[in-house]
Amino acid sequence: MGDYVLELRGISKSFPGVKALDNVSLKVRPGTVHALMGENGAGKSTLMKCLFGIYKMDEGEIYLEGEKVTIINANDALHKGIAMVHQELQPIPERSIAENIFCGRYPTRKVGPLQVIDHKRMYEEAESLLKEVRMEYDPKAKLGTLSISQMQSVEIAKAVSMNAKVVIMDEPTSSLTDNEVEALFRIIEDLRKKNVAIIYISHKMDEILRISDDISIMRDGQYIGTWLAKEMTIDTIIAKMVGRELTNLFPPRDNKPGEVILEAKGLTSVNPKSFKDCSFTLRRGEILGLGGLVGAQRTELMEALFGIRGIAEGEITYKGEKFMAKRPKDSIRNGIGLITEDRRGTGIFGVLSIADNVSVASLDKYVDAGFVLNNNKIEKLVQDNVSKLSIKTPSSKTLIQSLSGGNQQKVIISRWLANDPDILIMDEPTRGIDVGAKYEIYQIMITLAKQGKAIVMISSEMAELIGMSDRILVMCNGRITGEVSGEEATQENIMHFATQFN
Amino acid sequence: MNTKKIDYWKILKENVLIWIVLLMVIYVSFVQPNFLSWDNFSNISINVACRFLIALGISGCLITKGNDLSAGRTVGLAACIAGTLLQKPDAAGKFYPNLGNMNLFVVLLIVVAVCCVIGLVNGLVVSYWQVPPFIATLGMQTIVYGICLVYTKAAPLGSYREDYTNLASGKLFGVIPYMFFVALFFGLAMWFLYNKTRHGKYMYAIGGNENAAEVSGINVKATKIRIYILASALFGIAGYFLGAKAGGATVNTGMSYELEAIAECTIGGVSTNGGVGKISGILIGVLVFELLKSSMQFLRINTSWQYIVQGIVIIVAVALDLRKYLAKK
Repeated sequence: MGDYVLELRGISKSFPGVKALDNVSLKVRPGTVHALMGENGAGKSTLMKCLFGIYKMDEGEIYLEGEKVTIINANDALHKGIAMVHQELQPIPERSIAENIFCGRYPTRKVGPLQVIDHKRMYEEAESLLKEVRMEYDPKAKLGTLSISQMQSVEIAKAVSMNAKVVIMDEPTSSLTDNEVEALFRIIEDLRKKNVAIIYISHKMDEILRISDDISIMRDGQYIGTWLAKEMTIDTIIAKMVGRELTNLFPPRDNKPGEVILEAKGLTSVNPKSFKDCSFTLRRGEILGLGGLVGAQRTELMEALFGIRGIAEGEITYKGEKFMAKRPKDSIRNGIGLITEDRRGTGIFGVLSIADNVSVASLDKYVDAGFVLNNNKIEKLVQDNVSKLSIKTPSSKTLIQSLSGGNQQKVIISRWLANDPDILIMDEPTRGIDVGAKYEIYQIMITLAKQGKAIVMISSEMAELIGMSDRILVMCNGRITGEVSGEEATQENIMHFATQFN
Repeated sequence: MNTKKIDYWKILKENVLIWIVLLMVIYVSFVQPNFLSWDNFSNISINVACRFLIALGISGCLITKGNDLSAGRTVGLAACIAGTLLQKPDAAGKFYPNLGNMNLFVVLLIVVAVCCVIGLVNGLVVSYWQVPPFIATLGMQTIVYGICLVYTKAAPLGSYREDYTNLASGKLFGVIPYMFFVALFFGLAMWFLYNKTRHGKYMYAIGGNENAAEVSGINVKATKIRIYILASALFGIAGYFLGAKAGGATVNTGMSYELEAIAECTIGGVSTNGGVGKISGILIGVLVFELLKSSMQFLRINTSWQYIVQGIVIIVAVALDLRKYLAKK
């Protein structure tokens, strides 16, 4: 047995038109947390999918405990001791926890000539496995009744039950609360003590520095190197990820807030559990931050303003006139755009081209003779935006799903810019986007503000909120609990308002 | 990848269906030289035209992740209504004994109008009641059959006026069948609609991501209603010409044509996952199916066996076609 539990040598993988992995190697020590970092599109997930047998690699070798192995599919990987906790979990929510853990390898007993499932043993074993991941829960409960973090624990329990030597965690904390993250870290600590190696993919620097032993960095499908985590800082990691020194996380803000463009008074949702009595103003040329904890109803408030959700009470004055959007079209016609939080769910049209994705909300402008679309005008619009926002794409006919998260986000920004909006609401505009593209999106926001547009930015990232906003509104439990100016904003005073439950 | 060399293997692989059908056509024309005759061409184009109209109609539903199982029965009802209005003055047991000679085009309009009502109801139920299209149109299938039974009192119709049947059998300058132009017209019109109008773009957007379409300000409900109305209108037109071609109609005319149309669309690359599908693909799907049928008739294959072969072709065709997407993983 070598020093490494897992060794990847010279792995290459191409997709049509892209070399996703180029001769990548990786060595993982047993009993360590090995962070795998890189910008989106650097090839981390692709590498893990090759390791896990979801993708077939073009070249390269995998050594598990010194022995060369070939992995044909996910099931094969599991039986060889490699488990994966997915970015998007794919469990069977309608079946019990125990069945999810033992799916495909149920404990059986013999009844006469038949092999039947031994439910008693399955539930007992499931229960003890759950205890190992610090979870007290009835293994007969439907998996669908669990929270995302509990489902993750179940996935880990499954990995434990298969005697996994390597557990891959791809962005495991992206939708967890702080407490849940702590719980996950305790489980990771337990696994490490059992000499299990964990490959940990995340964009969250503080997490990485806290829990990992080794850090490997990838860039543009290539392996850059592996370092001990304690020798690294956020700056050195970022520099290696982007291949240059990043002196500033945020561009200088030189926009000047002007006259009030929108004033909301006493907005209350039709849903009694959502926002109530929210009043605020928004100025031209301003970036208004909207902070708060998950569940503070920030998204709901803005989606209601846009016309996706219902408003029961309150009034909005927009450009000096009463305004209330009943449907998105009302807002769009009046110069309001919304970039939603869930890019894949409510943003992109995956199977459609970039041109279609850019033009879909402004087609009314590109019509000749009342109904014929002018494709030249659309193509010009797309080309303008591709160059203005520097969207990296082979052509306007490329399907949007083949772009990286940052470029997809730029396409969606283009979609709204095509309508030349006065207000652009951006809900978590940089979620799941790598450092370099984040900076570009910030630059775009400032440029737009300088053109006199008002920008509302909902963000759960403190640094972004403080670094980018001229003014920050903080929400808690459906109410606006405070307002701080960009200069005065600190993590502390934002958290103070964000926790004003009453 | 960046060389100008043509990737023959790729061209072969991505169009497997077309090559298979071409090979089959070549084989049949050697064995049965009549296959390549002008008569057979006319015959096939008449058959293709009706199926093509139905497939075009249903394609909009499929692209928006919907369906229209009432297609076949709507075709049947359209054929029956047209039949009752276009019988010869001296037909025995004429449906409306006192009816004069109605204008052919007026009858077509009446048929289409009735079908539009069916489509409107489908669209409303799917958009506003949010009944899954599969179920909504399954219910409508039964309702339309019932309406057809009530209207015709289950009596078969025949003795059509010659000007009506001539629409299907007639040829321009005695050479090119009228039906060829009908298919060409609607094919071009639908291509234009799908590619050059907002309605088309909205349709693909809804199929691609309905929630995102909503956020982008697309009136999803109205677009879907338009799609279902248009679908039924096309079924109506198909039924009108189908009646002319058959020279008669019964309550069973058009039965289960929707299944054939769905198969043809899928063979032609319309994805049931939504957002994907081209008019050219639909035409190819219909051609594959009709050429296959015609070839088998020429080879004098037992009709019972023809069904088995058709079924196999649907499955194999879609499986082969899916290869090109799966391979990219």
